[in-house]
Amino acid sequence: MKADVRPMLLYPQSGPAASVRRVRALLRRHAYLLLKSWPRIVSMTYYPTVTMVLWALLTVYLAPTNNFLQSAPGFFIGAVLLWDVLFRGQLGVSLTFVEELYSRNLGNLFVSPLRFHEWIAGQLAMSVLRTAIGVGGACLFAFVLFHYSIFSLGFPLIAFFVNLLVFGWAIGLAVSAMILRWGLGAEELAWAAIFLFAPVSGVYYPIAVLPAPFQAIAWLLPSAYVFEGMRAVLLEHVFKYNLFFPAVALNVVYIAVGVWLFRAALGYARRHGMLMSIGE
Amino acid sequence: MDAAIAVRGLAKRFREVEAVRGVTFNVHTGTTTALLGANGAGKTTTLSMLLGVLTPSAGEIFVLGQDMLKHRHRVLPRMNFTSPYVDLPKRLTVSENLRVFADLYGLRAPGKRIGELADELDLHGFLKRPYGELSAGQRTRVSLAKALLNRPEVLLLDEPTASLDPDIGDRMRTWLEEYQRATHCTMLLASHNMNEVERMCQDVIMLRAGSVVDQGSPIELIGRYGRETMEEVFLDVARGRTNEAPVLPTELVP
Repeated sequence: MKADVRPMLLYPQSGPAASVRRVRALLRRHAYLLLKSWPRIVSMTYYPTVTMVLWALLTVYLAPTNNFLQSAPGFFIGAVLLWDVLFRGQLGVSLTFVEELYSRNLGNLFVSPLRFHEWIAGQLAMSVLRTAIGVGGACLFAFVLFHYSIFSLGFPLIAFFVNLLVFGWAIGLAVSAMILRWGLGAEELAWAAIFLFAPVSGVYYPIAVLPAPFQAIAWLLPSAYVFEGMRAVLLEHVFKYNLFFPAVALNVVYIAVGVWLFRAALGYARRHGMLMSIGE
Repeated sequence: MDAAIAVRGLAKRFREVEAVRGVTFNVHTGTTTALLGANGAGKTTTLSMLLGVLTPSAGEIFVLGQDMLKHRHRVLPRMNFTSPYVDLPKRLTVSENLRVFADLYGLRAPGKRIGELADELDLHGFLKRPYGELSAGQRTRVSLAKALLNRPEVLLLDEPTASLDPDIGDRMRTWLEEYQRATHCTMLLASHNMNEVERMCQDVIMLRAGSVVDQGSPIELIGRYGRETMEEVFLDVARGRTNEAPVLPTELVP
Protein backbone atom coordinates (compact mmCIF):
# COMPACT_ATOMS: atom_id res chain seq x y z
CA MET A 1 0.00 0.00 0.00
CA LYS A 2 1.19 3.53 -0.81
CA ALA A 3 2.23 5.78 2.07
CA ASP A 4 -0.61 7.94 3.43
CA VAL A 5 0.20 11.50 2.37
CA ARG A 6 -2.91 13.07 3.88
CA PRO A 7 -1.37 14.17 7.23
CA MET A 8 0.98 16.32 5.15
CA LEU A 9 -1.88 17.40 2.91
CA LEU A 10 -4.49 18.23 5.57
CA TYR A 11 -4.51 20.13 8.86
CA PRO A 12 -5.77 18.22 11.95
CA GLN A 13 -9.53 17.86 11.62
CA SER A 14 -10.59 18.39 15.23
CA GLY A 15 -10.24 21.24 17.71
CA PRO A 16 -11.02 24.97 17.64
CA ALA A 17 -8.53 25.77 14.85
CA ALA A 18 -10.19 23.26 12.53
CA SER A 19 -13.61 24.73 13.38
CA VAL A 20 -12.40 28.26 12.67
CA ARG A 21 -11.02 27.13 9.29
CA ARG A 22 -14.32 25.55 8.29
CA VAL A 23 -16.40 28.56 9.42
CA ARG A 24 -13.98 30.77 7.48
CA ALA A 25 -14.58 28.56 4.43
CA LEU A 26 -18.33 29.22 4.68
CA LEU A 27 -17.68 32.95 5.01
CA ARG A 28 -15.33 32.83 2.05
CA ARG A 29 -18.01 31.12 -0.06
CA HIS A 30 -20.57 33.87 0.65
CA ALA A 31 -18.05 36.71 0.55
CA TYR A 32 -17.02 35.65 -2.97
CA LEU A 33 -20.66 35.85 -3.98
CA LEU A 34 -21.36 39.12 -2.22
CA LEU A 35 -18.28 41.10 -3.08
CA LYS A 36 -18.37 40.42 -6.79
CA SER A 37 -21.93 41.74 -7.16
CA TRP A 38 -22.40 45.43 -6.45
CA PRO A 39 -26.17 45.18 -7.11
CA ARG A 40 -26.36 42.75 -4.19
CA ILE A 41 -24.58 45.16 -1.87
CA VAL A 42 -26.71 48.09 -3.08
CA SER A 43 -29.93 46.14 -2.60
CA MET A 44 -28.90 45.23 0.96
CA THR A 45 -28.54 48.93 1.81
CA TYR A 46 -31.35 50.15 -0.43
CA TYR A 47 -34.39 48.97 1.53
CA PRO A 48 -33.21 50.11 4.99
CA THR A 49 -32.17 53.46 3.55
CA VAL A 50 -35.46 54.11 1.72
CA THR A 51 -37.48 53.17 4.82
CA MET A 52 -35.28 55.39 6.97
CA VAL A 53 -35.73 58.33 4.54
CA LEU A 54 -39.53 57.95 4.64
CA TRP A 55 -39.65 58.04 8.45
CA ALA A 56 -37.12 60.86 8.58
CA LEU A 57 -39.21 62.98 6.19
CA LEU A 58 -42.31 62.25 8.26
CA THR A 59 -40.39 63.47 11.29
CA VAL A 60 -39.35 66.65 9.44
CA TYR A 61 -43.00 67.26 8.52
CA LEU A 62 -44.49 66.60 11.97
CA ALA A 63 -41.77 67.89 14.28
CA PRO A 64 -42.64 71.61 14.12
CA THR A 65 -46.14 70.97 15.50
CA ASN A 66 -45.45 67.89 17.64
CA ASN A 67 -44.07 68.24 21.16
CA PHE A 68 -43.09 64.57 21.34
CA LEU A 69 -40.90 64.74 18.24
CA GLN A 70 -39.44 68.05 19.37
CA SER A 71 -38.18 66.37 22.52
CA ALA A 72 -36.99 63.25 20.69
CA PRO A 73 -36.37 64.20 17.04
CA GLY A 74 -34.47 61.00 16.25
CA PHE A 75 -37.24 58.77 17.58
CA PHE A 76 -38.59 57.38 14.31
CA ILE A 77 -35.19 57.21 12.63
CA GLY A 78 -33.67 55.33 15.58
CA ALA A 79 -36.68 53.01 15.68
CA VAL A 80 -36.56 52.16 12.00
CA LEU A 81 -32.79 51.59 12.08
CA LEU A 82 -33.08 49.27 15.08
CA TRP A 83 -36.01 47.44 13.46
CA ASP A 84 -33.75 46.86 10.49
CA VAL A 85 -31.15 45.26 12.76
CA LEU A 86 -33.79 42.65 13.63
CA PHE A 87 -34.97 42.32 10.03
CA ARG A 88 -31.48 42.12 8.48
CA GLY A 89 -30.29 39.79 11.24
CA GLN A 90 -33.09 37.36 10.37
CA LEU A 91 -32.67 37.78 6.61
CA GLY A 92 -28.93 37.28 6.95
CA VAL A 93 -29.49 33.78 8.33
CA SER A 94 -32.43 32.78 6.10
CA LEU A 95 -31.07 34.12 2.80
CA THR A 96 -27.64 32.60 3.39
CA PHE A 97 -29.40 29.27 3.76
CA VAL A 98 -31.62 29.84 0.71
CA GLU A 99 -28.48 30.59 -1.36
CA GLU A 100 -27.26 27.07 -0.61
CA LEU A 101 -30.58 25.61 -1.71
CA TYR A 102 -30.50 27.57 -4.98
CA SER A 103 -26.98 26.25 -5.56
CA ARG A 104 -27.98 22.64 -4.72
CA ASN A 105 -24.85 22.68 -2.60
CA LEU A 106 -26.17 21.24 0.67
CA GLY A 107 -25.11 17.72 -0.27
CA ASN A 108 -21.51 18.83 -0.82
CA LEU A 109 -21.44 20.77 2.45
CA PHE A 110 -22.92 18.07 4.65
CA VAL A 111 -20.64 15.39 3.19
CA SER A 112 -17.60 17.53 4.00
CA PRO A 113 -16.07 17.54 7.51
CA LEU A 114 -18.25 20.57 8.40
CA ARG A 115 -19.94 20.10 11.81
CA PHE A 116 -23.43 21.27 12.75
CA HIS A 117 -22.21 23.95 15.17
CA GLU A 118 -19.79 25.26 12.54
CA TRP A 119 -22.60 25.49 10.02
CA ILE A 120 -24.66 27.49 12.54
CA ALA A 121 -21.67 29.73 13.34
CA GLY A 122 -21.16 30.40 9.62
CA GLN A 123 -24.81 31.36 9.19
CA LEU A 124 -24.68 33.74 12.15
CA ALA A 125 -21.41 35.30 11.03
CA MET A 126 -22.89 35.97 7.59
CA SER A 127 -25.90 37.55 9.30
CA VAL A 128 -23.58 39.96 11.14
CA LEU A 129 -21.90 40.87 7.85
CA ARG A 130 -25.18 41.39 5.98
CA THR A 131 -26.63 43.43 8.87
CA ALA A 132 -23.50 45.58 9.06
CA ILE A 133 -23.69 46.34 5.34
CA GLY A 134 -27.47 46.90 5.24
CA VAL A 135 -27.99 48.88 8.44
CA GLY A 136 -24.55 50.49 8.27
CA GLY A 137 -25.40 52.02 4.90
CA ALA A 138 -28.73 53.35 6.20
CA CYS A 139 -27.01 54.79 9.30
CA LEU A 140 -24.53 56.57 7.06
CA PHE A 141 -27.32 58.11 4.98
CA ALA A 142 -29.20 59.09 8.16
CA PHE A 143 -26.15 61.02 9.29
CA VAL A 144 -25.41 62.62 5.91
CA LEU A 145 -29.00 63.52 5.00
CA PHE A 146 -30.62 64.22 8.39
CA HIS A 147 -27.66 64.75 10.74
CA TYR A 148 -28.92 61.88 12.88
CA SER A 149 -26.33 59.57 14.44
CA ILE A 150 -27.52 56.23 15.75
CA PHE A 151 -24.56 56.47 18.14
CA SER A 152 -26.42 59.27 19.94
CA LEU A 153 -28.16 56.41 21.77
CA GLY A 154 -24.83 55.90 23.51
CA PHE A 155 -23.69 52.71 25.22
CA PRO A 156 -27.23 51.20 25.31
CA LEU A 157 -27.06 50.97 21.52
CA ILE A 158 -24.79 47.92 21.92
CA ALA A 159 -27.32 46.24 24.19
CA PHE A 160 -30.19 47.00 21.78
CA PHE A 161 -28.16 45.91 18.73
CA VAL A 162 -27.03 42.60 20.20
CA ASN A 163 -30.47 41.70 21.56
CA LEU A 164 -32.20 42.44 18.26
CA LEU A 165 -29.55 40.63 16.25
CA VAL A 166 -29.82 37.50 18.41
CA PHE A 167 -33.62 37.54 18.18
CA GLY A 168 -33.25 37.93 14.40
CA TRP A 169 -30.93 34.88 14.37
CA ALA A 170 -33.50 32.84 16.30
CA ILE A 171 -36.28 33.74 13.85
CA GLY A 172 -33.90 33.20 10.91
CA LEU A 173 -32.99 29.71 12.09
CA ALA A 174 -36.66 28.84 12.62
CA VAL A 175 -37.49 30.11 9.11
CA SER A 176 -34.55 28.15 7.63
CA ALA A 177 -35.86 25.06 9.44
CA MET A 178 -39.29 25.53 7.84
CA ILE A 179 -37.75 26.01 4.39
CA LEU A 180 -35.67 22.86 4.87
CA ARG A 181 -38.74 20.98 6.04
CA TRP A 182 -41.13 22.17 3.30
CA GLY A 183 -38.70 23.04 0.50
CA LEU A 184 -38.24 26.22 -1.52
CA GLY A 185 -42.03 26.55 -1.75
CA ALA A 186 -41.74 28.07 1.72
CA GLU A 187 -39.03 30.51 0.61
CA GLU A 188 -41.38 33.49 0.94
CA LEU A 189 -41.21 33.00 4.70
CA ALA A 190 -37.65 34.32 4.60
CA TRP A 191 -39.02 37.73 3.62
CA ALA A 192 -42.41 37.70 5.30
CA ALA A 193 -42.05 35.95 8.67
CA ILE A 194 -40.49 38.86 10.50
CA PHE A 195 -43.49 41.14 9.86
CA LEU A 196 -45.58 38.89 12.09
CA PHE A 197 -43.52 40.29 14.96
CA ALA A 198 -43.65 43.95 13.91
CA PRO A 199 -47.05 44.95 15.33
CA VAL A 200 -46.33 43.40 18.74
CA SER A 201 -42.74 44.62 19.01
CA GLY A 202 -43.78 48.21 19.67
CA VAL A 203 -41.28 49.62 17.21
CA TYR A 204 -43.02 53.00 16.79
CA TYR A 205 -45.42 53.02 19.78
CA PRO A 206 -45.44 51.84 23.40
CA ILE A 207 -46.63 48.33 24.16
CA ALA A 208 -49.30 49.93 26.36
CA VAL A 209 -51.29 51.02 23.29
CA LEU A 210 -51.79 47.41 22.21
CA PRO A 211 -54.99 45.54 23.18
CA ALA A 212 -54.45 43.48 26.34
CA PRO A 213 -54.07 40.06 24.63
CA PHE A 214 -51.45 41.49 22.26
CA GLN A 215 -49.62 43.08 25.19
CA ALA A 216 -49.32 39.63 26.73
CA ILE A 217 -47.81 38.35 23.49
CA ALA A 218 -45.52 41.39 23.18
CA TRP A 219 -43.93 40.78 26.59
CA LEU A 220 -42.90 37.34 25.39
CA LEU A 221 -40.71 38.93 22.70
CA PRO A 222 -37.22 40.37 23.32
CA SER A 223 -37.91 43.02 20.67
CA ALA A 224 -40.69 44.58 22.78
CA TYR A 225 -38.26 45.09 25.70
CA VAL A 226 -35.65 46.56 23.36
CA PHE A 227 -37.97 49.15 21.82
CA GLU A 228 -39.41 50.06 25.22
CA GLY A 229 -35.79 50.43 26.36
CA MET A 230 -35.00 52.63 23.37
CA ARG A 231 -37.91 54.92 24.22
CA ALA A 232 -36.70 55.12 27.83
CA VAL A 233 -33.25 56.20 26.64
CA LEU A 234 -34.63 58.79 24.20
CA LEU A 235 -37.40 60.25 26.35
CA GLU A 236 -36.25 59.67 29.94
CA HIS A 237 -32.50 59.47 29.27
CA VAL A 238 -32.23 56.30 31.33
CA PHE A 239 -31.13 52.74 30.50
CA LYS A 240 -33.61 50.42 32.17
CA TYR A 241 -32.02 47.17 33.30
CA ASN A 242 -35.47 45.79 34.09
CA LEU A 243 -36.07 45.86 30.33
CA PHE A 244 -32.58 44.68 29.36
CA PHE A 245 -32.35 41.49 31.44
CA PRO A 246 -35.73 40.01 30.39
CA ALA A 247 -34.72 40.59 26.75
CA VAL A 248 -31.46 38.70 27.32
CA ALA A 249 -33.22 35.86 29.13
CA LEU A 250 -35.85 35.51 26.39
CA ASN A 251 -33.15 35.57 23.72
CA VAL A 252 -31.34 32.68 25.40
CA VAL A 253 -34.57 30.69 25.15
CA TYR A 254 -35.37 31.74 21.57
CA ILE A 255 -31.91 31.09 20.14
CA ALA A 256 -31.92 27.65 21.76
CA VAL A 257 -35.33 26.97 20.21
CA GLY A 258 -34.10 28.25 16.81
CA VAL A 259 -31.05 25.96 16.87
CA TRP A 260 -33.19 23.04 18.03
CA LEU A 261 -35.74 23.60 15.24
CA PHE A 262 -33.01 23.73 12.60
CA ARG A 263 -31.40 20.59 13.99
CA ALA A 264 -34.77 18.83 13.95
CA ALA A 265 -35.38 19.93 10.34
CA LEU A 266 -31.92 18.68 9.39
CA GLY A 267 -32.74 15.32 11.00
CA TYR A 268 -36.01 15.22 9.01
CA ALA A 269 -34.10 16.06 5.81
CA ARG A 270 -31.60 13.28 6.54
CA ARG A 271 -34.40 10.77 7.14
CA HIS A 272 -36.24 11.74 3.94
CA GLY A 273 -33.25 12.07 1.62
CA MET A 274 -33.73 15.80 1.05
CA LEU A 275 -30.13 16.96 1.49
CA MET A 276 -29.17 15.58 -1.91
CA SER A 277 -32.34 16.56 -3.72
CA ILE A 278 -33.57 19.85 -2.28
CA GLY A 279 -33.05 22.89 -4.50
CA GLU A 280 -34.39 24.66 -7.54
CA MET B 1 -8.07 -8.40 1.98
CA ASP B 2 -9.73 -6.01 4.50
CA ALA B 3 -12.95 -4.11 3.80
CA ALA B 4 -12.76 -0.33 3.41
CA ILE B 5 -16.57 -0.31 3.34
CA ALA B 6 -18.65 -2.86 5.24
CA VAL B 7 -22.43 -2.71 5.02
CA ARG B 8 -24.62 -4.99 7.13
CA GLY B 9 -28.40 -5.37 6.83
CA LEU B 10 -28.80 -1.85 5.45
CA ALA B 11 -32.42 -0.86 4.86
CA LYS B 12 -34.29 2.31 3.95
CA ARG B 13 -38.02 2.72 3.90
CA PHE B 14 -39.79 5.86 2.62
CA ARG B 15 -43.31 5.41 3.98
CA GLU B 16 -44.70 2.44 2.00
CA VAL B 17 -41.70 2.17 -0.31
CA GLU B 18 -38.83 -0.08 0.69
CA ALA B 19 -36.01 1.52 -1.30
CA VAL B 20 -33.24 -0.64 0.17
CA ARG B 21 -33.94 -4.02 1.80
CA GLY B 22 -31.38 -5.48 4.16
CA VAL B 23 -28.36 -4.98 1.91
CA THR B 24 -25.08 -6.57 3.00
CA PHE B 25 -21.77 -6.23 1.17
CA ASN B 26 -18.07 -5.44 1.54
CA VAL B 27 -15.92 -3.23 -0.62
CA HIS B 28 -12.30 -4.31 -0.28
CA THR B 29 -9.53 -1.78 0.25
CA GLY B 30 -7.89 -0.54 -2.93
CA THR B 31 -10.50 -2.00 -5.28
CA THR B 32 -13.10 -0.43 -7.52
CA THR B 33 -16.54 -1.92 -6.99
CA ALA B 34 -19.62 -1.19 -9.07
CA LEU B 35 -23.10 -0.86 -7.67
CA LEU B 36 -25.34 -1.85 -10.55
CA GLY B 37 -29.06 -1.88 -11.00
CA ALA B 38 -31.89 -0.39 -12.99
CA ASN B 39 -33.31 3.03 -12.13
CA GLY B 40 -34.91 2.82 -8.70
CA ALA B 41 -32.91 -0.26 -7.70
CA GLY B 42 -31.50 1.59 -4.67
CA LYS B 43 -28.02 2.62 -5.84
CA THR B 44 -28.21 6.34 -5.04
CA THR B 45 -30.11 5.62 -1.82
CA THR B 46 -27.34 3.25 -0.75
CA LEU B 47 -24.60 5.76 -1.65
CA SER B 48 -26.45 8.53 0.22
CA MET B 49 -26.57 6.36 3.34
CA LEU B 50 -22.85 5.59 2.98
CA LEU B 51 -22.15 9.33 2.82
CA GLY B 52 -24.24 10.03 5.91
CA VAL B 53 -26.75 12.36 4.21
CA LEU B 54 -29.55 9.81 4.46
CA THR B 55 -30.41 8.06 7.72
CA PRO B 56 -30.96 4.30 7.29
CA SER B 57 -34.08 2.66 8.67
CA ALA B 58 -31.92 -0.26 9.80
CA GLY B 59 -28.46 -1.69 9.43
CA GLU B 60 -24.82 -0.83 9.97
CA ILE B 61 -22.23 0.97 7.85
CA PHE B 62 -18.50 0.88 8.57
CA VAL B 63 -16.16 2.99 6.46
CA LEU B 64 -12.41 2.66 7.13
CA GLY B 65 -13.33 0.86 10.32
CA GLN B 66 -15.51 3.66 11.69
CA ASP B 67 -19.23 3.35 12.39
CA MET B 68 -20.71 5.94 9.99
CA LEU B 69 -23.93 6.22 11.95
CA LYS B 70 -22.10 7.20 15.14
CA HIS B 71 -18.76 8.69 14.12
CA ARG B 72 -19.09 9.89 10.54
CA HIS B 73 -17.03 13.03 11.24
CA ARG B 74 -14.01 10.83 12.00
CA VAL B 75 -14.08 9.46 8.48
CA LEU B 76 -15.57 12.26 6.33
CA PRO B 77 -12.16 13.98 5.90
CA ARG B 78 -10.85 10.71 4.47
CA MET B 79 -13.58 10.24 1.87
CA ASN B 80 -15.28 12.24 -0.87
CA PHE B 81 -17.86 11.86 -3.61
CA THR B 82 -19.28 13.11 -6.87
CA SER B 83 -22.94 13.00 -7.77
CA PRO B 84 -25.10 14.48 -10.52
CA TYR B 85 -27.68 15.25 -7.83
CA VAL B 86 -25.61 17.98 -6.19
CA ASP B 87 -23.99 21.03 -7.69
CA LEU B 88 -21.55 23.76 -6.82
CA PRO B 89 -22.42 27.47 -6.47
CA LYS B 90 -22.84 28.63 -10.05
CA ARG B 91 -21.73 32.24 -9.68
CA LEU B 92 -18.45 31.35 -8.02
CA THR B 93 -15.54 30.67 -10.34
CA VAL B 94 -14.02 27.21 -10.50
CA SER B 95 -10.98 28.27 -8.47
CA GLU B 96 -13.21 29.97 -5.85
CA ASN B 97 -15.33 26.85 -5.49
CA LEU B 98 -12.26 24.66 -5.13
CA ARG B 99 -10.74 27.08 -2.61
CA VAL B 100 -13.88 26.96 -0.44
CA PHE B 101 -13.86 23.16 -0.37
CA ALA B 102 -10.09 23.09 0.14
CA ASP B 103 -10.69 25.10 3.33
CA LEU B 104 -13.61 22.90 4.39
CA TYR B 105 -11.37 19.83 4.08
CA GLY B 106 -8.51 21.65 5.83
CA LEU B 107 -5.88 21.58 3.10
CA ARG B 108 -2.52 22.94 4.24
CA ALA B 109 -1.57 24.30 0.82
CA PRO B 110 -4.81 24.84 -1.09
CA GLY B 111 -3.27 26.77 -3.97
CA LYS B 112 -0.70 24.05 -4.64
CA ARG B 113 -3.26 21.25 -4.51
CA ILE B 114 -5.71 23.13 -6.78
CA GLY B 115 -2.83 23.72 -9.20
CA GLU B 116 -1.97 19.99 -9.20
CA LEU B 117 -5.58 19.04 -9.88
CA ALA B 118 -5.87 21.70 -12.57
CA ASP B 119 -2.84 20.11 -14.26
CA GLU B 120 -4.12 16.55 -13.88
CA LEU B 121 -7.72 17.27 -14.93
CA ASP B 122 -6.90 19.95 -17.48
CA LEU B 123 -8.85 22.74 -15.71
CA HIS B 124 -6.54 25.68 -16.42
CA GLY B 125 -8.61 26.95 -19.33
CA PHE B 126 -11.61 27.70 -17.14
CA LEU B 127 -10.34 28.11 -13.56
CA LYS B 128 -11.40 31.77 -13.57
CA ARG B 129 -14.80 31.20 -15.18
CA PRO B 130 -18.04 30.94 -13.17
CA TYR B 131 -19.00 27.32 -12.62
CA GLY B 132 -22.49 28.01 -14.01
CA GLU B 133 -21.03 28.94 -17.42
CA LEU B 134 -19.26 25.62 -17.94
CA SER B 135 -20.29 22.76 -20.22
CA ALA B 136 -21.45 19.46 -18.72
CA GLY B 137 -18.06 17.91 -19.37
CA GLN B 138 -16.19 20.77 -17.72
CA ARG B 139 -18.53 20.68 -14.70
CA THR B 140 -17.93 16.97 -14.30
CA ARG B 141 -14.17 17.56 -14.25
CA VAL B 142 -14.59 20.31 -11.65
CA SER B 143 -16.77 18.01 -9.52
CA LEU B 144 -14.08 15.36 -9.76
CA ALA B 145 -11.43 17.91 -8.77
CA LYS B 146 -13.56 18.81 -5.74
CA ALA B 147 -13.83 15.11 -4.91
CA LEU B 148 -10.06 14.61 -5.14
CA LEU B 149 -9.04 17.75 -3.19
CA ASN B 150 -8.49 15.88 0.07
CA ARG B 151 -6.86 12.89 -1.66
CA PRO B 152 -9.63 10.59 -0.37
CA GLU B 153 -9.02 7.00 0.68
CA VAL B 154 -12.63 6.19 -0.18
CA LEU B 155 -14.30 7.73 -3.20
CA LEU B 156 -18.01 7.30 -3.92
CA LEU B 157 -18.96 8.02 -7.50
CA ASP B 158 -22.59 8.27 -8.56
CA GLU B 159 -22.78 8.03 -12.36
CA PRO B 160 -19.48 9.88 -12.82
CA THR B 161 -19.56 9.79 -16.62
CA ALA B 162 -23.28 10.31 -17.21
CA SER B 163 -23.94 12.98 -19.87
CA LEU B 164 -20.30 13.04 -20.99
CA ASP B 165 -19.22 12.48 -24.59
CA PRO B 166 -17.11 9.34 -25.20
CA ASP B 167 -13.86 11.31 -25.28
CA ILE B 168 -14.38 13.08 -21.95
CA GLY B 169 -15.89 9.92 -20.47
CA ASP B 170 -12.77 7.96 -21.41
CA ARG B 171 -10.48 10.65 -19.99
CA MET B 172 -12.50 10.68 -16.78
CA ARG B 173 -12.06 6.91 -16.40
CA THR B 174 -8.36 7.25 -17.09
CA TRP B 175 -8.02 9.98 -14.43
CA LEU B 176 -9.81 7.80 -11.90
CA GLU B 177 -7.66 4.78 -12.74
CA GLU B 178 -4.48 6.83 -12.44
CA TYR B 179 -5.63 8.28 -9.13
CA GLN B 180 -6.34 4.81 -7.79
CA ARG B 181 -2.97 3.50 -8.93
CA ALA B 182 -1.25 6.44 -7.25
CA THR B 183 -3.14 6.35 -3.95
CA HIS B 184 -4.57 2.82 -3.55
CA CYS B 185 -7.97 4.47 -3.04
CA THR B 186 -11.14 2.41 -2.63
CA MET B 187 -13.86 3.35 -5.11
CA LEU B 188 -17.55 2.50 -5.10
CA LEU B 189 -19.15 3.39 -8.39
CA ALA B 190 -22.81 3.54 -9.38
CA SER B 191 -23.03 3.47 -13.14
CA HIS B 192 -25.21 2.53 -16.08
CA ASN B 193 -22.23 2.31 -18.38
CA MET B 194 -21.34 -1.37 -18.61
CA ASN B 195 -18.15 -0.78 -20.59
CA GLU B 196 -17.01 1.44 -17.75
CA VAL B 197 -17.81 -1.28 -15.23
CA GLU B 198 -15.98 -3.96 -17.19
CA ARG B 199 -12.97 -1.70 -17.59
CA MET B 200 -12.66 -0.29 -14.09
CA CYS B 201 -14.25 -2.65 -11.60
CA GLN B 202 -12.83 -5.72 -9.90
CA ASP B 203 -16.14 -6.45 -8.21
CA VAL B 204 -19.80 -5.83 -9.05
CA ILE B 205 -22.78 -5.73 -6.69
CA MET B 206 -26.05 -6.25 -8.54
CA LEU B 207 -29.13 -4.60 -7.01
CA ARG B 208 -32.75 -5.20 -7.91
CA ALA B 209 -35.69 -3.61 -6.08
CA GLY B 210 -33.45 -2.64 -3.19
CA SER B 211 -31.85 -6.04 -2.65
CA VAL B 212 -28.47 -7.48 -3.57
CA VAL B 213 -29.24 -10.22 -6.07
CA ASP B 214 -25.71 -11.12 -7.10
CA GLN B 215 -22.08 -10.18 -6.59
CA GLY B 216 -18.83 -11.07 -8.30
CA SER B 217 -16.18 -9.88 -10.71
CA PRO B 218 -17.38 -8.90 -14.21
CA ILE B 219 -15.79 -12.08 -15.62
CA GLU B 220 -17.47 -14.26 -12.98
CA LEU B 221 -20.87 -12.67 -13.59
CA ILE B 222 -20.60 -12.94 -17.36
CA GLY B 223 -19.69 -16.61 -16.98
CA ARG B 224 -22.38 -17.28 -14.38
CA TYR B 225 -25.14 -15.87 -16.60
CA GLY B 226 -23.73 -17.48 -19.75
CA ARG B 227 -23.42 -14.10 -21.46
CA GLU B 228 -20.72 -12.27 -23.36
CA THR B 229 -20.95 -8.79 -21.88
CA MET B 230 -21.94 -7.06 -18.63
CA GLU B 231 -24.64 -5.25 -20.62
CA GLU B 232 -26.37 -8.59 -21.17
CA VAL B 233 -25.91 -9.58 -17.54
CA PHE B 234 -27.39 -6.24 -16.48
CA LEU B 235 -30.46 -6.80 -18.68
CA ASP B 236 -30.92 -10.31 -17.27
CA VAL B 237 -30.81 -9.02 -13.70
CA ALA B 238 -32.90 -5.90 -14.37
CA ARG B 239 -35.60 -7.96 -16.09
CA GLY B 240 -35.52 -10.72 -13.52
CA ARG B 241 -34.23 -13.35 -16.00
CA THR B 242 -32.25 -15.30 -13.49
CA ASN B 243 -33.36 -18.74 -14.71
CA GLU B 244 -30.89 -20.61 -12.61
CA ALA B 245 -30.19 -19.52 -9.10
CA PRO B 246 -26.96 -17.54 -9.11
CA VAL B 247 -24.16 -18.83 -6.97
CA LEU B 248 -23.87 -16.25 -4.24
CA PRO B 249 -20.52 -15.51 -2.67
CA THR B 250 -20.31 -17.17 0.72
CA GLU B 251 -20.52 -13.86 2.59
CA LEU B 252 -23.96 -13.24 1.03
CA VAL B 253 -25.45 -16.64 1.80
CA PRO B 254 -27.93 -16.21 4.66
